[in-house]
Amino acid sequence: MTNSNVILEVKNLNVEFTTDDGIVHAVNNVSYTVERGKTLAIVGESGSGKSVSSLAVMGLLTGANSKITGEVFFNGKELIAADPEEVRKLRGDEMAMIFQDPLSALHPYYTIGDQLAEAVRVHHDIPEAQALARAAEMLTKVGIPDVEQRIDEYPHQLSGGMRQRVMIAMALINGPELLIADEPTTALDVTVQAQILDLLRELQKEFGTAIVLITHDLGVVADLADEVLVMYGGSAVEHAPVREIFYSPQMPYTWGLLASIPQISEKKEQLDPIPGSPPSLLNLPKGCVFAPRCTFKDQVADHACADSFPELLVVSPNHEARCHLTEAQRNTIRAERKIGKVN
Amino acid sequence: MFPYIVRRVIIMIFMLTLLSIVTFLLFNAVPTDPARLTCGKTCTPEIVAANRIRLGLDQPLLTQYIDWIRGIFVGRTYGSGSATFDCSAPCLGYSFRNGEEVTVLILDAIPVTMYLAIGAFLLWMLVGISSGIIAAKHHGKWQDRAIMGVSLIGYSLPVFFVGLLFLVFVIVRWNLLPYPDYASPFEDPVAFFQTMLLPWVTLAILYAAYYARLTRSQMLETMGEDYIRTARAKGLAERVVFRKHALRAGLTPIVTSAGLDLAGLLGGAVITEYIFSLPGLGRLAIGAVTEYDLPTITATVLVAAVFVIVANLVVDILYAAIDPRVRLT
Repeated sequence: MTNSNVILEVKNLNVEFTTDDGIVHAVNNVSYTVERGKTLAIVGESGSGKSVSSLAVMGLLTGANSKITGEVFFNGKELIAADPEEVRKLRGDEMAMIFQDPLSALHPYYTIGDQLAEAVRVHHDIPEAQALARAAEMLTKVGIPDVEQRIDEYPHQLSGGMRQRVMIAMALINGPELLIADEPTTALDVTVQAQILDLLRELQKEFGTAIVLITHDLGVVADLADEVLVMYGGSAVEHAPVREIFYSPQMPYTWGLLASIPQISEKKEQLDPIPGSPPSLLNLPKGCVFAPRCTFKDQVADHACADSFPELLVVSPNHEARCHLTEAQRNTIRAERKIGKVN
Repeated sequence: MFPYIVRRVIIMIFMLTLLSIVTFLLFNAVPTDPARLTCGKTCTPEIVAANRIRLGLDQPLLTQYIDWIRGIFVGRTYGSGSATFDCSAPCLGYSFRNGEEVTVLILDAIPVTMYLAIGAFLLWMLVGISSGIIAAKHHGKWQDRAIMGVSLIGYSLPVFFVGLLFLVFVIVRWNLLPYPDYASPFEDPVAFFQTMLLPWVTLAILYAAYYARLTRSQMLETMGEDYIRTARAKGLAERVVFRKHALRAGLTPIVTSAGLDLAGLLGGAVITEYIFSLPGLGRLAIGAVTEYDLPTITATVLVAAVFVIVANLVVDILYAAIDPRVRLT
C-alpha cells in the first residue's frame, strides 16, 4: 500500500450472480478508496450495485451463485482472495456494518443486551457480565435512555430510531476502523433520521471511524459525506469530493439526481425526474449504461453513447466522471439548466 | 406471560364446552333410536322402553346433556328405584355392545395409542428435522436433492400401503418379526417392541418426509433473514450463526405443527392400529362405529378432541416461551 492514510481500497471490483435467467452483472469494475476517519457516500438508485459492492467488501456475499473478482485492500490486507476465516475475524471487529431496516436486522428472540454482548464476545474472550457492562456503556453512548431497563428488552419493544441506535452501538462496540452504513436512515422518520445522522457524525469524530455511507438521499450525502461515488447500472459513473458533486457535477445521471431534489427557494409545479428506469443488470446496454435515459446523448457525435462505455476521465484532481460529452458541452448544458452552482 | 396463559386457558375452556355440545348432538343426530340400539336381536318393545327410561333417553335434550356432563365430572346413577346402577366419575356411559363401562374401554386403549403416537413422533422428529437441516445446509447440492427426492416418495406413500407392505414382507414372507400381538411394555417389553416397531416406522415415514420438507423450507427462509446477515456481520462463525441464530427461529413454526400432529395421533391412528391389530383408540372408534355403539363413539370423539385442544394450549404456551414477540399480544 502506498498511502498509510487509506483504510479501504477497492480495485476493479466485479460481482456477478448466476441465475436461471442468465448472469446478473451487479457490480462492474468499481474502484474507490476511503481514508481513515473520512466518509465516502455511495449514491445510486435501487439496483445500482451500491449495496452489493459493500457486501462483497465485507465478505458477506457467500452464496454459491455469486462470483467476486477484483481486489479489496483493508488496512493493506487483500480480502477477496483471503481465507474467509480471516475475513470473518475482521468483521465486527475492525470493520462493521449497519443495515437499512433495524427491526429485521436485529434477532427477534434475543434481548438487545444479549445481542450486543455477543458482538463483544465474538472477538474478545471476556466473561458475559463484563460484555454486558460494555454493552450498557455503549448503549448509553448512542443515547438510549434507561439503559438498565432497555438492555433486557427485545427489539420489538423499541422504537425504530432506538433500534437503529442499538444497531449502531452493536456495530461500533469493538471500535472498528471502518463502518459500512447501508441506507441507515431510509426506514426511519425524518426527525429521527437527523438524530441518527448527528449520532453517526459524533461517533465518527470520537472513534475516528471511516464510514462508507450507502444512500440514495442526497440530503444525507450533503450532511455527512467527504467524498461521493455515484453508481449507475453497477458501474461508478462519477467520483468527486462532496462540494464538487453539488457545485460542479459532470455526468448527466448526477445532474438528474440533483434536479430531482426539491428546492425550497424555487417555485416549481413538478420535480424533474429522470425519465425511464434503471437498466436490467442481466442485459446491460452495449454502450454507456445511462445512454437509454440520457437527454443529451444526441449531442455526442457518431452515436458514441450507444457504441462505447466512456472511460472514467479526470475532470479535475480528485474528480472523475464517465461521459462522452466534451467539457465545453457539459459547461454549456450546466449553465443553461442551472445545474449545480456554476463557478 | 401469566395473563397470556390465563387468557389461553379461558379460551380453551370455552372451546371444550362447545365441543362437548357438538359431540353430544352427534349422539342424537343418528337416524336411529338410541334406545333400540341397546339390545340385540331378541329385543322387545318393552325392553326398549325400559332401557329408554333407565338411560334417561326420555328426558329433554338439555337435561340429557347436563346429566352427561355431570356424569363425566361427578359420576351418575342410571335408573331409579331398586334397579339402579352407579357409574362413577368420569362416567362416559356403558357400551351398547357389551355393557362395559366406556371409561374403562377408553383407559385401556389410551396407553396403546400413546405409545404408538409418541414412539412414531420421536422417530419422525429426529429423522425429519435432522434431514431437513442437512438439506437446508447443503441447499442445491446432491444431499439436498437426495433428501428431497426420498422425502417426496415417503410423503406420497399412503399409510395403508406402507403398513400392508411391511406386514406382508417383514412379517409374513420373511418372518423377521412375529405376528403383531400387543403386550404392555411393563409385562413383556420384547413383545411390545416387536409389535410396535413396524407401526412406528409406518407412521414415521409419512411424517418424517413432511417434516424434512417443512424444516428445509423454514431453515432456508430463516437463513435469508436480515438478522442472519447481521449475525455474520458481527463476525460470528457460520456454525454459531446456524445453531444459535437460525435454528431457533427456523424451528419455531415446527413446534406448532409438531404439537398438533402429535395430538391428532393421540386421538387414534386408525389405519395403523387397524393394520397391526393394536387395541388403541383408533381401533376402538372403528369398532364402535361399525356397531353403532353410540356411547363409545361419542367418548372417542370427545377424547380425541380434548387431546387436540390441550395440545393447542401447550403449543401456544411453548410458542410464547420461544418467541418473545408473542408474549405481549
